[in-house]
Amino acid sequence: MSMNEYKPLIVAFCCNWCSYAGADLAGNNRLNYPADVKIIRVPCSCRVNPMFVLRAFQRGADGVILCGCHPGDCHYTSGNYYTRRRMALLFSMLDYLGIERERTRVEWVSAAEGAKFAATMNDFVETVAALGENKRLEDLRCKK
Amino acid sequence: MLKITGDKFPKMFEILSESMSVYLPVKRSDGKTEYKKWQEGDLWSDALNTERSAKDFFFPQSENLMKFKVEGKNIEVIDIRDENEDFVIFGAKACDVRSFEILDRVFLTEPVDSFYKNRREHAVVVTAACSKPQETCFCTSFDIDPINPVGDITLWREADAIYLEAKTEKGAALVEKLSEISEECDNTEVEAGKARTAKVFEKLPLKGLGNEKFGGGKTKEFFDSPLWAPLSEACLGCGTCTFVCPTCQCYDIKEFNTGKEVIRYRCWDSCMYSDFTKMAHGNNRNSQVERFRQRFMHKLVYFPENNEGIFGCVGCGRCLSKCPISMNIVKVMKALGGSENV
Amino acid sequence: MQKITREALIEKASSLLSNGTVTSVMGWKRGEFDYDVTPAVFETVEEMEKDFVWSDFCGANFSKYLVSKTQNSEGKILVFLKPCDTYSFNQLLTEHRFDREKVFAVAIPCEGMADISKIKAQVGEGIVEIEPKGENLLITTLYDEDKKAVNAADVLAERCVNCKSKKHVAYDELLGETGEIIDSNRFDEVARIEALTPDERFAFWQNELSKCIRCNACRDVCPACTCEKCVFDNPQSPVENKAPTNEFEEKMFHIIRAFHVAGRCTDCGECSRVCPQNIPLHLLNRKFIKDINEFYGDYQAGAEEGSRAPLVDYTFDDIEACDAVNRRDNNA
Repeated sequence: MSMNEYKPLIVAFCCNWCSYAGADLAGNNRLNYPADVKIIRVPCSCRVNPMFVLRAFQRGADGVILCGCHPGDCHYTSGNYYTRRRMALLFSMLDYLGIERERTRVEWVSAAEGAKFAATMNDFVETVAALGENKRLEDLRCKK
Repeated sequence: MLKITGDKFPKMFEILSESMSVYLPVKRSDGKTEYKKWQEGDLWSDALNTERSAKDFFFPQSENLMKFKVEGKNIEVIDIRDENEDFVIFGAKACDVRSFEILDRVFLTEPVDSFYKNRREHAVVVTAACSKPQETCFCTSFDIDPINPVGDITLWREADAIYLEAKTEKGAALVEKLSEISEECDNTEVEAGKARTAKVFEKLPLKGLGNEKFGGGKTKEFFDSPLWAPLSEACLGCGTCTFVCPTCQCYDIKEFNTGKEVIRYRCWDSCMYSDFTKMAHGNNRNSQVERFRQRFMHKLVYFPENNEGIFGCVGCGRCLSKCPISMNIVKVMKALGGSENV
Repeated sequence: MQKITREALIEKASSLLSNGTVTSVMGWKRGEFDYDVTPAVFETVEEMEKDFVWSDFCGANFSKYLVSKTQNSEGKILVFLKPCDTYSFNQLLTEHRFDREKVFAVAIPCEGMADISKIKAQVGEGIVEIEPKGENLLITTLYDEDKKAVNAADVLAERCVNCKSKKHVAYDELLGETGEIIDSNRFDEVARIEALTPDERFAFWQNELSKCIRCNACRDVCPACTCEKCVFDNPQSPVENKAPTNEFEEKMFHIIRAFHVAGRCTDCGECSRVCPQNIPLHLLNRKFIKDINEFYGDYQAGAEEGSRAPLVDYTFDDIEACDAVNRRDNNA
């Protein structure tokens, strides 16, 4: 596969109350972001267990991004604060194991930030595309 | 008897590698020994035992059996077996080689396990006689002769040379290939070495451990022993003993859905695990005492009962050095045999 | 060489057994060799006189056994706790995992435990006797006429070389003296790995984790792993497996194992002690501890009963996940 054809697969875990609505808004406003971003709606960014992130990589994701409400705006008061700690530790551990740190990201996107959602995704896809395929956390059985 | 001097070892592995893969014990970066496919520069380690046993060659920890592809209403079953390559297991010890015989009794009786059989047929086993047993060795308790081991070829290492003797046709064919680097010799050195090693075996702390108390037909005698509870008291229920054991042969068959197809594979299982042999009705051994008892009863009573008195243990001592809580078959045999209070 | 004697421990147990304070004693039991000591429950002084051991090979941490031992028992159990064990003890109490009323904890000082692999590396295989003498251990092997002396300090287990504390943080009674929290170098190795390039880090862990045989000993011995049903054993979970079938599963198991105890791991080092493949598992746990200390302020699990673990806590101005990962480079 040549680099021109390579399109990274991105899994985006989006909080139902803000980022998912942000993605909706981006769509309504006809803002472009790559179709390679697969959105998984979660009730809160805090629902994302570290295993979800690893499983996304196992199943072929090249990058994983979590989008939640801005700190202070969590629908459940404090979920995203826990997310922040959890992912800080998980991402740091992945980095420690030598997995490219650019493949994981947390962004806070509100329901009103359709433009930010699109911009974030465009930027993330570009970053991951530059890294190429996920080799270090891949499960060969799930590849073609 | 043929002699090959140390300076020719690299050449020897090179010659063997021309027609087949050669696996030999090599030192890891942490000083422990593990089987590795020979590549130029690898040195043969004559350390007593590898961390993992040699059963992996015939019965790997996990192996794919077949694949399924579902399209509409069709299920396609794909046979993914490859033709096995010929390979040499070089420098296995007598205990591990006996374990092949035990595994054969499980996998080569009807219904024959074709995956196992295939590997077994492609292998040549070069057994190295022991010259430096450890305190944890007790293979002689199971009637194994570590000084004159069986195999396709037996080798003895003395000073900086090895002495080979082919025991089977396969072995003879392999020895033939080494004719340009080997020389005929008598067995003076080897006999001297054997006498020296025999003296060390006399000093082994577990030498007196006998198997007379165990064997087929003893189920009733031991099954309800009150000693199982204290013996298994500290057992963590991990699978260390089973996974380092050269004779443990239980496995589970599982499936993995890759999203595109389903892979059916088998992997080692451990009778120490809470979900071992779990079925629709649940589990038939619910406590760690029962699981613990199963493991030792299998090796010491059930297996010999079904296999003309052959025990399911080869005395390699791996469980002695690896168990996190240092509970092992020797302690169990001594306790049940009455030579030790628990 | 331990300073407190076996006799002192037996004497204490004996008096507590005879005055009815406890009905059983959790202790270390003599094995085939001087180094293969097994955790066991003793019910009489006679049993202890015969088989109880206190030596440089009594590394096993008893805290986790209290979860099952206090579940079905009537009477109290005496448990001997080394300083590091008291941290696990406290952590389990914090998580309400055992019945404190059924335990009588006797704190004992520890001079560090020996690592049999290190001894073997020094004197060779075939060890039949190990006798402590002063600062040394006198080793008898099958292959040497004379006993070989090794300095006990040279064969200390890694976790004891980097001992974090000689202080007992929980007990009913203290035998001998308690010590101080030590400013150890336990994070040096983590820092060394952090300083490698990503490629080197990947190669390092790939090599280590590929040795894993998924025996689960690290999990099963861990005093912080006390789930009734582990996610890796639950057929209903999508990650249940009995073997590491590929490199991904090796990594996933170890990342998740360490993550599940992040903030609760007291760094007792049992995981690395029991690993049959010598994988330095403590370096995963210590990475989490080091990160927690750096991101959220120093925290020692188990130091204080009832303390709030960092992953179930937050502040409004915690570091952002991506900044956390990039932080080391910014500092450098």
